[in-house]
Amino acid sequence: MTTSVQTKTMTMVQSINDAMRTMLAEDERTLILGEDVGVNGGVFRATEGLYEEFGAERIIDTPLAESGIMGTSIGLAANGFRPVAEMQFLGFIYPAFNQIMTHATRIRQRTMGRYTSPIVIRAPYGAGVRAPEIHSDSVEGLFTQMPGIKVVVPSTAYDAKGLLISSMEDPDPVLFLEPMRCYRSSRMEVPEEKYTIKLGKAAVLKEGEDISIFTWGAMTIETMKAVEQIENEQNISCEVIDLRTLYPLDKEIISQSVQKTSRALIVHEAPGTGGVSSEVLSVINDTSFLYLRSPVERVSGFDTPVPVYSLEQEYLPSPEKIKHAIQRSITF
Amino acid sequence: MLTEFPLQQVLNEEGHVKEEDTMQTITIDQIKSFYYYMLRARLLDKKCVNLQRQGRIGTYVQYEGQEAAQVGSALALEKGDWMLPTYRDHAATLTFGQTMRNLLLNWRGRLEGGVPPEGLNIFPPAVPIASQLPHATGVAWAEKKKGSDRVSLVYFGDGATSEGDFHEGLNFASVFQTPTIFFNQNNGYAISVPMEKQMNSKTIAQKGLGYDIESARIDGNDIVAVYLAVKEAVKRARNGEGPTLLEAVTWRYGAHTTADDPSKYRDQAESETRRKTADPLLRLERYLKNEGKWDEAWHAAIEEEIQEEIDTALIEMENYPEAELSQMFDHVYDIPTWPLQEQINEHLATKGRNA
Repeated sequence: MTTSVQTKTMTMVQSINDAMRTMLAEDERTLILGEDVGVNGGVFRATEGLYEEFGAERIIDTPLAESGIMGTSIGLAANGFRPVAEMQFLGFIYPAFNQIMTHATRIRQRTMGRYTSPIVIRAPYGAGVRAPEIHSDSVEGLFTQMPGIKVVVPSTAYDAKGLLISSMEDPDPVLFLEPMRCYRSSRMEVPEEKYTIKLGKAAVLKEGEDISIFTWGAMTIETMKAVEQIENEQNISCEVIDLRTLYPLDKEIISQSVQKTSRALIVHEAPGTGGVSSEVLSVINDTSFLYLRSPVERVSGFDTPVPVYSLEQEYLPSPEKIKHAIQRSITF
Repeated sequence: MLTEFPLQQVLNEEGHVKEEDTMQTITIDQIKSFYYYMLRARLLDKKCVNLQRQGRIGTYVQYEGQEAAQVGSALALEKGDWMLPTYRDHAATLTFGQTMRNLLLNWRGRLEGGVPPEGLNIFPPAVPIASQLPHATGVAWAEKKKGSDRVSLVYFGDGATSEGDFHEGLNFASVFQTPTIFFNQNNGYAISVPMEKQMNSKTIAQKGLGYDIESARIDGNDIVAVYLAVKEAVKRARNGEGPTLLEAVTWRYGAHTTADDPSKYRDQAESETRRKTADPLLRLERYLKNEGKWDEAWHAAIEEEIQEEIDTALIEMENYPEAELSQMFDHVYDIPTWPLQEQINEHLATKGRNA
């Protein structure tokens, strides 16, 4: 006996829209706030149709002020609402940083649980779409070190809906990063009904035996390309894991995979130093040190600002660089 | 702008009534109640400065001189309204219903200081300057969405008007017409920087013009003027007429905090002069004497009652159980994340306690 689940073919940006529509219909406390999220439906169309369906009281075109969006969301959340605050691009989140760092993530502790901040901060992020300056930042590492918040990054339409609904139901603030390159890069069948994907759980995109590759966001695309090429060229079997939640990391999947393959590579587009890859390394170190047959490899962006787009392909991890790192690990 | 936003006064420094009709609305009992709450706040403040000197509490932020602004505005609110203070506004939170014990605990580095008593809506004191203004807009916006008539009142100083969050808070409140009272205490100095270096505008009230927000400038040491201006702003907010910006012009007698030395940046003789001329408590004392209503026995009785209350609160503070280690961990997330839980376990194991 199988029960049939109604599905619909969606891009990631459509499934994000669908997640918000689902929660807006289910929970009247849900509000969507941001720049151009209402009448315009969002600059990426992530909120398209929501204004027409749920009205201006719930789908709110705000003034162009990120700190104001975040600060008023904190007040709304402390007083019973569940705001989804859109930062138009992650590179524009910096004016809101103080509100997130000193209030959204701390109000629960500062009031011993009396007030909380169940806010989802949605932000498109990442390079590779020839966007103007500052529109391509990957600063997830600034937030994974911030106590009180969770950091979530889907890379597929299916995951995006389930993870966004989980984020919207989470009792604490969640930074929900949306890789712009994945918004429309592929379509897949997505259930029309509500479903959730637990935060803190990674996904095995491809099983393999010789090396574990940990990545997230749009770098899943580059990683899968590299893996396809190297597996065709050589007798190497790669396991690819999409971390999906960057804080807290999925310790179980990371350790199980590394203990199986004995080798690891981390691929991300954020600058190399001080970011999430260091924490993945730390998990491997803590759980699987004696299983390793070679040093853990990393392919990342540089310790530079994300460049203007004439140079962004040089900045981003490429299949060539990823293949090279796999090779280094295997032949160590 | 000084003429567009004249300093509103009902009772002048000598305790003479400037606005007879307005004063008619205030009873002697109310005046005595104002005096009581201001005296209560002042005696607590003085005690706290001493406690800091004795090392019984940590760095303390005094508000002496600003009692009329804080007490008058707090008394104009009703239970159910929202108060968003800074670290200098415990005269307001005390008057609104925060316990003396919790206020003392706050200065003893305890989280309990940020928790309002059940049934009262008080945010924990904001530390990053002006960051609380957007919150005040947000909580009031929520009340509007719920269809209630509750309002929010947020405190901030003259220096806060330079921060972006001041402008963002006001603009959002204006655009969404939230029931918010932006209550500025202009005490002339942001630590060491005087108002004329902080801004080129002559008033803070005029900043409301840019947002089409009803604004007024009041004598912040005249509790009657403060109380009535806030009452009016609250009434407008409850009626759906949107936010108000009030500039209460006042003066802090003391240092920015007990860690500050104001003689570095201003002549403290000014404070001593103001104590004798413009003090908010002295003003009510003069008024009551002018009216033949000052009663030494009453004054002695309330002072004794307040001292007893402070002594009791102090004992409660000093006998309060030591901070539980769990307070550091329990409220970071609803449920601790695994890295945090591992850190907790390891810490407890190192201390030789059960995880």
